[in-house]
Amino acid sequence: MAYNWNWEVFLQPSATGSGTYFDWMVYGFKTTIGLSLTAWLIALLLGALVGVLRTVPNKLLSGIAAAYVEVFRNIPLLVQLFLWYFVLPELLPTELGNAFKQSNPFVQQFLSSMLCLGLFTSARVAEQVRSGIESLPRGQKNAGLAIGFTLPQTYRYVLLPMAFRLVVPPLTSEFLNIFKNSAVCSTIGLLELAAQGRQLVDYTAQPYESFIAVTLAYVVINVTVMVLMRRVEARVRVPGFIGGK
Amino acid sequence: MYEFDWSSIPGALPFLAKGMLVSLEIMVAAVVIGIVWGTLLAMMRLSSIKPLSWFAAGYVNTFRAIPLVMVLLWFFLIVPHLLEQLLGVPRGTDMRLGSAIAGFALFEAAYYSEIIRAGIQSVSKGQMAAASALGMNYWQSMRLVVLPQAFRNMVPLLLTQGIILFQDTSLVYVSALADFFGTASKVGDRDGRLVEMLLFAGAVYFVLCFSASQLVRFYQKRLKTA
Amino acid sequence: MHSNRIALAALVASTLLSAPAFAQESATLKKIKEIGAITLGHRESSIPFSYYDDKQQVIGYSQEIMLKVVDAVKAELNLSKLDVKMMPVTSANRIPLIQNGSVDIECGSTTNNTERQKQVGFSNTIFVIGTKLMAKKNSGINDFPDLAGKNVVTTAGTTSERLLRKMNEDKKMGMSVISAKDHGESFLTLETGRAVAFMMDDALLYGETAKAKRPADWSVVGKAQSMEAYGCMLRKDDAGFKKVVDKAIAGLMTSGEAEKIYNKWFMNPIPPKGLNLNMPLSDEMRALFKSPNDKAFD
Repeated sequence: MAYNWNWEVFLQPSATGSGTYFDWMVYGFKTTIGLSLTAWLIALLLGALVGVLRTVPNKLLSGIAAAYVEVFRNIPLLVQLFLWYFVLPELLPTELGNAFKQSNPFVQQFLSSMLCLGLFTSARVAEQVRSGIESLPRGQKNAGLAIGFTLPQTYRYVLLPMAFRLVVPPLTSEFLNIFKNSAVCSTIGLLELAAQGRQLVDYTAQPYESFIAVTLAYVVINVTVMVLMRRVEARVRVPGFIGGK
Repeated sequence: MYEFDWSSIPGALPFLAKGMLVSLEIMVAAVVIGIVWGTLLAMMRLSSIKPLSWFAAGYVNTFRAIPLVMVLLWFFLIVPHLLEQLLGVPRGTDMRLGSAIAGFALFEAAYYSEIIRAGIQSVSKGQMAAASALGMNYWQSMRLVVLPQAFRNMVPLLLTQGIILFQDTSLVYVSALADFFGTASKVGDRDGRLVEMLLFAGAVYFVLCFSASQLVRFYQKRLKTA
Repeated sequence: MHSNRIALAALVASTLLSAPAFAQESATLKKIKEIGAITLGHRESSIPFSYYDDKQQVIGYSQEIMLKVVDAVKAELNLSKLDVKMMPVTSANRIPLIQNGSVDIECGSTTNNTERQKQVGFSNTIFVIGTKLMAKKNSGINDFPDLAGKNVVTTAGTTSERLLRKMNEDKKMGMSVISAKDHGESFLTLETGRAVAFMMDDALLYGETAKAKRPADWSVVGKAQSMEAYGCMLRKDDAGFKKVVDKAIAGLMTSGEAEKIYNKWFMNPIPPKGLNLNMPLSDEMRALFKSPNDKAFD
């Protein structure tokens, strides 16, 4: 094949004079990790809250939670991202919108991406939490109420400790997804891994090397997360339950 | 406060409709190819022939480890070059739609194959044993006994995956293919009305995907009571 | 080592030149003839060079020149019918798309420079620009030094992006450089107040004002950081195809037709809003029209 392989391209100083092309990759890698982890934190907290709300008897609360899930699940991630980044600042009060828009662009892109990914994923987490709670035998809730716990107490001491352990395996795949989905954020100019890969193609004209390196980096992230989560799953497994093996 | 101006939407509707057709075309092609290829992968994965099962496992795990955006970029920028070098495909054929469909289909097949594998495994072993007791060979019992039952159970999941795929088609944005979302953002760019166009696009996606998922839910309920 | 390579290149070049039969053989022309179709790369928002009008048709100065080139190719190959396929490209993907064969020729707003010549071929120059800034009038931004510590936008994959990032590193200006996907998005970034200035080729900056909500609010300022020559991009080392394209472009320029096209796009009202860019023919352009060439400025 008539292609000049040149893996040393990563060691060359970059065209803009800021470090080597390898440094660009590292920067992108760090951004992807930072973005995914912070977004995951948001997704877990909000998702747990919304998931619990979906199961409460109060119709209004469970209705709001259901609407939340439907909105974030039925609009494509890319569209949501554009809404956060391009539309939201225009709809804010002028002062606030301008303050946001004049801040450091990396901060703007990162915050928009983080909120977008976090809320998008939280709807999926909520669904897992809800099905975790619903998979518990009805008797558990009744038993909790029967011994005099209030509803919040029943959730706190009886239902949630079990449900959270049950949903760990399905949440692993959502956790993996958030790293992959973060690549979408390259479209608003956030210089994460995929964006750096594309920039490398443009600056070095070595498309194969750049794409292979970026793809491998994602595989490495994926494998690392999987190995870590296996250990977590093993620790929280509930013996005798589905998935408890 | 922001002054909304929705006036550029009516004039853009024909382009948006065309874009929607492109989105649907990609989705339908990718779903069909993805399910066929995904079924084959699932059967390979469950096969007793080790190399086949290794190949399927490797394929599925690799595609599930890579972001869709990267897969699409590979297919958009690199694969055409590769095909030309290896197979001598004539240059200059517009491969954007083809490469987008191929990228989606190969990617989604990995996800479909996992759904289908679970579906096949959910059909009890006794069915397979009964089929071979009747004198059917492996393929006959798969085709006539196991797969029909497996697919019946899987339909809601497959449809839901189809809805996810439809949402994901917006990512062809990275290959400058004019799908529904790409068209919307281009028109918004051109008229300086991006805010309105994005809100409009979001609303359209929501209505379509929400109605589709309600239909799937309805179907699922009927399946359960049947 | 280096001089050896140059000597080798010279040797190869001279053998190629001495064998005109080879120079005529063009993979691109052969392919166009075989499949009876040519794929043109165009831009979506490079006003007034190559962009969509309100019917999603591609129009502009470069687009018109490219269509003339297509006519010349058709005549050269004696084809009665030639399918013309259009493919939109962005600053960031145009080079890979030429290289991987998706696009045969791209006339838009692509600078011909020595770095890019390592990757792709360029036709005769079709336009000459200087890279400047666009900022809001009365914003206090009059030249590049005023940008220190501010948010500045430019389009990803352009020469301006490199110049701006390099200037930022070299002079420690502390700018935050935003790289937008296309000129339309860059201008949106400027117009919505995300950046105080937009660095780009002057002609394109004038073009962007053509679709601004209030064109009078914007002005193009600053000392040009570079002069650049736009060319049509072709695949590298395809002398036969380049010859046909070059001849067609040179013909347009010396016959005065190019100046007519220029006046249509730079001195008259243009879509989408009927604004007149009022950009008189520069000395550089006049010189180019007199003696067409394919020289890069760097």
